[in-house]
Amino acid sequence: MSAEVFSVFYQFADVFAFLILSAAGLAIVFGMMGVINMAHGEFIMCGAYVTVGLVNLGVPLPIAQILAAVTAGLIGVLVEFLVVRRFYKRPLDSLLATWGLSLIVTQSMLLIVGSAVRGIGTPEGSFAVGGYTFSTYRLVLFGCAVAVLAGLYVIFMKTRFGVIARATMQNAAMAKALGARTGRIYAISFGIGTGLAGLCGALYAPTMTLIPTMGATFVVESFVTVVIGGANVLLGTAPAAVFLAMIRMALNASYGQIIGQIGMLVAVILIIRVLPEGLSSVLVRRGR
Amino acid sequence: MNSGLKLRMVLLGAMLGTAASMSVARAAEPPLKVGLLEDVSGDLAFMGMPKLHGSQLAVEEINKSGGILGRQIELIHLDPQGDNARYQEFGRRLLNRDKVDVLIGGITSASREALRPIVDRTTTPYFYTNQYEGGVCDASMISMGAVPEQQFSTLIPWMVEKFGKKVYVIAADYNFGQISAEWNRKIMKDLGGEVVGEEFIPLGVSQFAQTIQNIQKAKPDWLLTINVGAAQDSFFEQAAAANLNLPMGSSIKVMLGFEHKRFKPPALNNMHATANWFEEIDTPEANEFKKRWHAKFPDELYINDMGYNAYNALYMYKALVEKAKSIKLEDMRKVIATGDACIDAPEGKVCIDPKSQHTSHRMRLISVGPKHEVKVEKDYGTIQPYWLGEIGCDLTKKNDKDQYTPSHLPKKS
Repeated sequence: MSAEVFSVFYQFADVFAFLILSAAGLAIVFGMMGVINMAHGEFIMCGAYVTVGLVNLGVPLPIAQILAAVTAGLIGVLVEFLVVRRFYKRPLDSLLATWGLSLIVTQSMLLIVGSAVRGIGTPEGSFAVGGYTFSTYRLVLFGCAVAVLAGLYVIFMKTRFGVIARATMQNAAMAKALGARTGRIYAISFGIGTGLAGLCGALYAPTMTLIPTMGATFVVESFVTVVIGGANVLLGTAPAAVFLAMIRMALNASYGQIIGQIGMLVAVILIIRVLPEGLSSVLVRRGR
Repeated sequence: MNSGLKLRMVLLGAMLGTAASMSVARAAEPPLKVGLLEDVSGDLAFMGMPKLHGSQLAVEEINKSGGILGRQIELIHLDPQGDNARYQEFGRRLLNRDKVDVLIGGITSASREALRPIVDRTTTPYFYTNQYEGGVCDASMISMGAVPEQQFSTLIPWMVEKFGKKVYVIAADYNFGQISAEWNRKIMKDLGGEVVGEEFIPLGVSQFAQTIQNIQKAKPDWLLTINVGAAQDSFFEQAAAANLNLPMGSSIKVMLGFEHKRFKPPALNNMHATANWFEEIDTPEANEFKKRWHAKFPDELYINDMGYNAYNALYMYKALVEKAKSIKLEDMRKVIATGDACIDAPEGKVCIDPKSQHTSHRMRLISVGPKHEVKVEKDYGTIQPYWLGEIGCDLTKKNDKDQYTPSHLPKKS
């Protein structure tokens, strides 16, 4: 019996971690900044490839993963400066620009690195509960997802940078008039977003096949999580992930993966219909 | 004006003269156009790349040794990027605009079925070069890969005998996975075995924690893994990390997706497959072939079976055209009807079965060890693609243009 209870928790934690890690970066870039970043999956791919490359060079996995996230963040700052900056007032054009970027990056990776890269293997470690065996690394992923949420909360709610960043996203002109260097704030926020995307790729790299289009497997989940979470990243993304993870886990367990995926997307459609502003709109209203 | 006309007449005369001399010299005939549709970008690029390479290698070799009926081959490759709509668009373009003499290609069974109705409206021969779920009875199509009676009718009884009667199936959710699972059900029933679970997975899904647990709950003796694509292959890594540790069998793993080269050992430990080709085949003919391939493509990670079949397809085309002394499909089919459409392939002699236009193959059962070493467990010798003929498909008499499965058989007439 306890094995069944634990297995339900484990499956929930697994889906939750996947949703949070893939959506955290997008929550900042799309949720807060309003940039429809179609290249989100490519930042995830970047994190995964850098991780595998570094591990193959002999760097220990955790360090490689941190460096990969940092790399994706720095590339994000560069992309913000070169491309995204020009599209803050034209969200639909930002969609096209980042989509183009995504196509260029996947094709270049295919041409330069090749169609498949040898995996590095998941860190050893499994444990048994009742008749089931579980991978320890999946719980590490869950821990990382919780840590990412906590980190975002601290950065955006408890630091001076966070206050200025939120002010900038709400009213850039006013923030600028009060002395905030909004250009820099945008660049750093975008960098944090892509860095988190890179972290997602880095964390999932050992468990997956690496191909240039791998980012696509994360993109749908990340967008639906952010969209139903609503504009308030901190109040929206976490409950959205909890909600979607419960639906998906329950359906996966009872009816298999197809129904799980369909059910999750149906839930998303219903929520957008009932709460166009996302889950966070309800929570914010309650809070007031 | 007058002198201009004269000049033109002279020029015309000269042109006619050269044209006449050209038709005498055979080598100057226009090349045969081979249309090739293979994914070299998108999700299946890693499997499709060897198919392009195999075709290029065969074209180069055939051209060097004098072409087909003295005509050189021109390969026109388009990349449909794993998109079935693009398969149709590019298929029409190759058939109707480029007027290719033969069409080759398609990776997934979905892409083949998207393409087939378009091919059927023409008189162009079409070669499908993958192993697949079998059953296509169509006079326009020649299948070069292995089919269930060569793969499942060998593998599944062996797995049942060695590991037990309970199987759990994870399959990609499209025609290939669904029909392959149907084959498994039929063969398991005949063997008195039990399918303790079946899970169909949408393409692109990469997370398998729940699937792994469902498997542990069902307690099978072995797994049939017919999951497709890079995302779904993540199953192996995740199952190994969770210490699932079950024997596995498949019709597409190792020789086709070279998972044992792409994943860190021991993720593919205890995988079994029946194949007409895998790069580890160690015969003089196979080694000679591998040497030529790696000389041309030194970076190839693995020569997979569909790349190998793609290479054979061009030689089979050459054999058919030269025996028929014609590039017309109907003349080539007369050669097939004699049962004498054979080539000496790197695996050994392979022939096209007149009734179904599928290819006979030398089948071997292979297993993967903990260090991802590949071992031949059993050699079945040559197996004919007999199933379609047995259920009543006879392309020498009637063109059904249909795909049959164990639950969709031809109507008795």
